[in-house]
Amino acid sequence: MSATFHPTDELLVAYGAGSLDEASALLVATHLALCPRCRAEVARIETLGGAMIEDLPPADLGADALASVLARLDLPPSPPKPRRPAVGSPGLPAPLRDYLPAEMEALPWKRLAAGIEQVVLLQARGIRARLLRIGAGIAVPEHGHGGMELTMVLQGGFADQGQGYARGDVAMADRQLVHSPVADRSETCLCLAVTDAPLKLTGLVGLLVNPFLDL
Amino acid sequence: MAPDMGSALAFSFGSIDDVHVIDMMRRRVEEKGGAVPDQIRSVEPETGATPMSELLVAVAQSGDRQAFALLFQYYAPRLKTYMRKLGTEDAVAEELAQEAMLAVWRKAASFDPGRANAGTWIFAVARNLRIDMLRKEKRPEIDLDDPELVPDPAPRADEVMATQQSESRVRAAMCGLSAEQTEVVTLSFYEDTPHAEIAARLKIPLGTVKSRLRLAMKRIRSELGDDQP
Repeated sequence: MSATFHPTDELLVAYGAGSLDEASALLVATHLALCPRCRAEVARIETLGGAMIEDLPPADLGADALASVLARLDLPPSPPKPRRPAVGSPGLPAPLRDYLPAEMEALPWKRLAAGIEQVVLLQARGIRARLLRIGAGIAVPEHGHGGMELTMVLQGGFADQGQGYARGDVAMADRQLVHSPVADRSETCLCLAVTDAPLKLTGLVGLLVNPFLDL
Repeated sequence: MAPDMGSALAFSFGSIDDVHVIDMMRRRVEEKGGAVPDQIRSVEPETGATPMSELLVAVAQSGDRQAFALLFQYYAPRLKTYMRKLGTEDAVAEELAQEAMLAVWRKAASFDPGRANAGTWIFAVARNLRIDMLRKEKRPEIDLDDPELVPDPAPRADEVMATQQSESRVRAAMCGLSAEQTEVVTLSFYEDTPHAEIAARLKIPLGTVKSRLRLAMKRIRSELGDDQP
């Protein structure tokens, strides 16, 4: 099954061009593993990048540039980093597995609220990627956002603002949105979420717990 | 067969220009009894492959140094321009261009002419190398052997042909963009910044950058006959 909700053109172009931050790039790459449509789109964007390189005026190289590279062709390259096997993290595509420090159940899950746990996977340029695990049928407490939030479903699904999100789907939230997504009743919902600013829990509970949560 | 002495010397002194590269490439193709390409970007009617892609395949299959040298002569000076456009100082841009070409040599075995043409693949290698060496970040990428990968719909029989021709089609589609759309697309590749900073630089709202980019990509998709609802 393919995704219904895709990353925006801006995200795909920034990923293809190489200007996207690492956390957002992780989400886009994970989506690409599950979405042939966006893979084709990124392939087109890369073709654009290749054509643009070929159209650039050539710069002057050092006189010995070619000779020095030719002299290095036979040096042994550093061995490629092995990719993590799928064992112990069923259903997680390769780009994401590379960022897990341990198997799913051995990850340092932290409880955020009743039935909701998270693990922060990486933070780069102030942008954070985390795994979120939401128990079946659990509603995430109503919250707003200090910036943008991208959430991609890896397992199960959730409903938000009248839309249903399933494996591979990407939901986008911004500063304007205050919401309370609800995990589907059938199974635990596992998501990859990327945020560029802390979430803000609304309401009295939020006022009380915001300072203590690592959001 | 070896190139003539003059060209070989020009190579080692780095003084060869594109005309010579095209000339030497033409001779290589003639030696192999193939059709003579009119220019670097021409597509061979038989295989659908560009001369550059054939050179890259020769590097992958037989460690062909002459083919690599031709690729270097063409791409290394352009990769240096690319790095400089991204704000890298001259000496570092040169180093990155050289490292990128070394990576091209080492990774050539993973080049699949059915998935990309040489220019596209070399762009991706250079882009990733820059993220790795300059930004010190990892580049999250899909693994084509990943059992979790949702496979493409049934591949077309003329896949290689379609891939190699897509470059000229993308190029043609680019020509159909408005000046404003072209500017936003170009800056997306040559600014190592989020689109918010492109908006600030062009002194236009972020929403305008996004909508121009969306329209540009929609236009390119429809030119390639790939537009989907």
